[in-house]
Amino acid sequence: MTGKGFLSMLFGVFKRFVMTYVEDFRKGKDRYYTAEGIESRRKADVDGIFTIQYPEEKLPVPEEFRFLPFLVYEEGENGEKDLRCTSCGICAKVCPPQCIWIVRTNDPVTGKPIPEPKEFYIDVDICMNCGLCAEYCPFDAIKMDHDYEIASYTREGNIYGIERLSKPLSYYSGIRPTNFAAEEIARQEKEAMKAAAKKPAAPVEGA
Amino acid sequence: MSEEKVTVAQVPDISLQFDGKVTTDTRPGYSGFIVGAENLLEVVKSLRDEWGFDYLSSVTGVDYLPEGKMEVVYHLYRTIGGPALVLKVQVPRDEAVVPSLYDLFKSADWQEREAWDLLGIHFEGHPDLRRILTWEGFAGHPLRKDWKEAYFEEETKPYKSRWPEGQTGYIESNNPFHDNVQYPSGFDPDTWISAAEEALYASAKKIGRDEELHTDTVVVNLGPQHPSTHGVFRMVAALDGEQVVFLKPVVGYLHRNHEKIGERNTYLQNMPFTDRLDYVSSMSNNFGYALAVEKLMGIQPPERAEYIRVMMAELTRWMNHVFSFGFLWNDLGSYFTPMIYALEERELILDIFEAVSGSRMMCNYFRFGGVARDLPAGVLDKVKELVFERMPRRLDDIDKMLSTNEIVRNRCIGCGVLTAEMAINNGASGPNLRASGVPYDIRRADPYSIYDRLDFDVVVHYHGDVFDRYLTRLDEARQANRILQQVVRDIPEGPIMTGKPAYQVRVPAGESYGRVEAPKGELGFYIVSTGKPNPWRYHVRSPSFINLISLEDMCRGGKIADVVLNLGAVDIVLGEVDR
Repeated sequence: MTGKGFLSMLFGVFKRFVMTYVEDFRKGKDRYYTAEGIESRRKADVDGIFTIQYPEEKLPVPEEFRFLPFLVYEEGENGEKDLRCTSCGICAKVCPPQCIWIVRTNDPVTGKPIPEPKEFYIDVDICMNCGLCAEYCPFDAIKMDHDYEIASYTREGNIYGIERLSKPLSYYSGIRPTNFAAEEIARQEKEAMKAAAKKPAAPVEGA
Repeated sequence: MSEEKVTVAQVPDISLQFDGKVTTDTRPGYSGFIVGAENLLEVVKSLRDEWGFDYLSSVTGVDYLPEGKMEVVYHLYRTIGGPALVLKVQVPRDEAVVPSLYDLFKSADWQEREAWDLLGIHFEGHPDLRRILTWEGFAGHPLRKDWKEAYFEEETKPYKSRWPEGQTGYIESNNPFHDNVQYPSGFDPDTWISAAEEALYASAKKIGRDEELHTDTVVVNLGPQHPSTHGVFRMVAALDGEQVVFLKPVVGYLHRNHEKIGERNTYLQNMPFTDRLDYVSSMSNNFGYALAVEKLMGIQPPERAEYIRVMMAELTRWMNHVFSFGFLWNDLGSYFTPMIYALEERELILDIFEAVSGSRMMCNYFRFGGVARDLPAGVLDKVKELVFERMPRRLDDIDKMLSTNEIVRNRCIGCGVLTAEMAINNGASGPNLRASGVPYDIRRADPYSIYDRLDFDVVVHYHGDVFDRYLTRLDEARQANRILQQVVRDIPEGPIMTGKPAYQVRVPAGESYGRVEAPKGELGFYIVSTGKPNPWRYHVRSPSFINLISLEDMCRGGKIADVVLNLGAVDIVLGEVDR
């Protein structure tokens, strides 16, 4: 019992205390409130102050970050919104807390279902941000968002309808460029395969 | 004498022994042995004393409603390693009475209470068969298949109301309050006094009273709202002066019936729910559940996926142990400054989890037959920087600051001693068991994934006190580091998923038990499938819950101030204890 061990711990704490000032001095003003500063405070060799001063500073989120789903629409030539969703219901079926409600559209004349949703609701109070809907959507129509600042004053405001959920394709490609690029390649390949499958069929018919 | 060699890696065919009292379970997809309730004690005693199955890991029940049967399932292991011996007892549903194994294994204590609470199986001879997870005024046994929760909608998900009808609205509006709550008959909330609570206080007062000196013990409630309990957790302690003479934990404040939710879910839907068990190490929870379902499905993830899985599991272990050092400091009284040091390291690992899985804590990353997505570009380099540079350095820092620190040593050495016999008998697992001198690590004892190919040591310390628990975790974090270095070096390229990703997996009928060495101990998932999209029975053998059985043994005879330290050293997460 010499107290040496205890002193070495105090020294460790003191070293950290000093390091915060040393780091601040070394990096200067750029350490705070700049994108590079935030990035430098998340590196594996970081010393000194570690925390991010939210909301003045915000941690950049990685591409895979998931927070609440949204519906992707493609913009037509005249500015109309063309939802990719076909209301197939896979997202509603796979959703673990069952927070997705979908009403299919029926053709008013024939009564047959049309592949677009009439209503689409997500209760974001219940959503657990698991991302399974986006993962298993066969049409790349529902994707996970990056926007996590969504507080509202009423509970009713937390049931999102189609209007609130729809976001343009350009937004999606902006937040998830790598995923988007991979999906586009897969889509083109699929179309090429389809076209290739069709081509030999045509001459046979013709013959 | 036959020439056949019997090894530890085999489970003996005990149906040939015991004069026909034990029969092999021949249902398709099932394994193990069925024993009559009247012979259970005799068979288990012989298995423990003569066959070496000295570790009762899991006790649970299954309600086979269509057959009118209640089945109790026991998983026994040898602490020298090897697979499980599964014993089952079948009793009629209406009068489910099974002899208690309390006298043979103390690990049965809380698990039998849980089975009584949730399934209504009466364990004859259990000295303290109170409800454990639900409250004492609860009506019914919720895991029975004919019990329905307050907001019951359908037996299984997906619910038909979501698609294609799409009836929006709050679920509780279909089911107004008062109509959905059941009480026991004759229950009046104003006058009701819990008999179980009364009994608990009475037994606390009874112990340690000195008739000659007319001294009395003081009964103290620690918790449920107390910063030292790491959540909502209560301990009823009787004190003789400063000494603890009696201590009973009271749990269940965070109970949400995870298992009932699991039985309503489809197999895949359940994956994100497992994150919420031990929310500090969600990747390990995913791992155990994925293993259990993969065993049933009979699939194996590809090589790269195995490496990614092990990488995530070991990062989790490292993070969890460093986190526990922070809490050790905290519980010793240096409030939150050192805790932040631990959180710093954790933050860097959570950044990796976020980049890989999309979420820092609720990762939901494993899928049956692989992982959800491949490592994004740059992540592997980041992990390399951490495991070769920062993580070993930080562990040495912690070692320097804690291991020789006189305050830490004086408080921790000799505090909360758990002997090897007690640890095995109490069903302690993970660092708690290994700190007591039992070198039992599932990664070596019953290897899964690629652990049999990796080079690492099973950490063991022999004093069984708080300090050895800390040392075990420290060394284990170093071993995790060592595994990580091998994994990032050897990780192959290739696919990350066996078969096509499917939102509805086909799981053949049968049972399976998947267990992993989670940072806190043995995490097991017992699943019974009937071939439908939802599991018939889904049980979690959670390490925190069963490790807490040992708390009383650790604290008895010690000072009240050390209770906080002992609890911290068990390393619990209430999300997993209360499920």
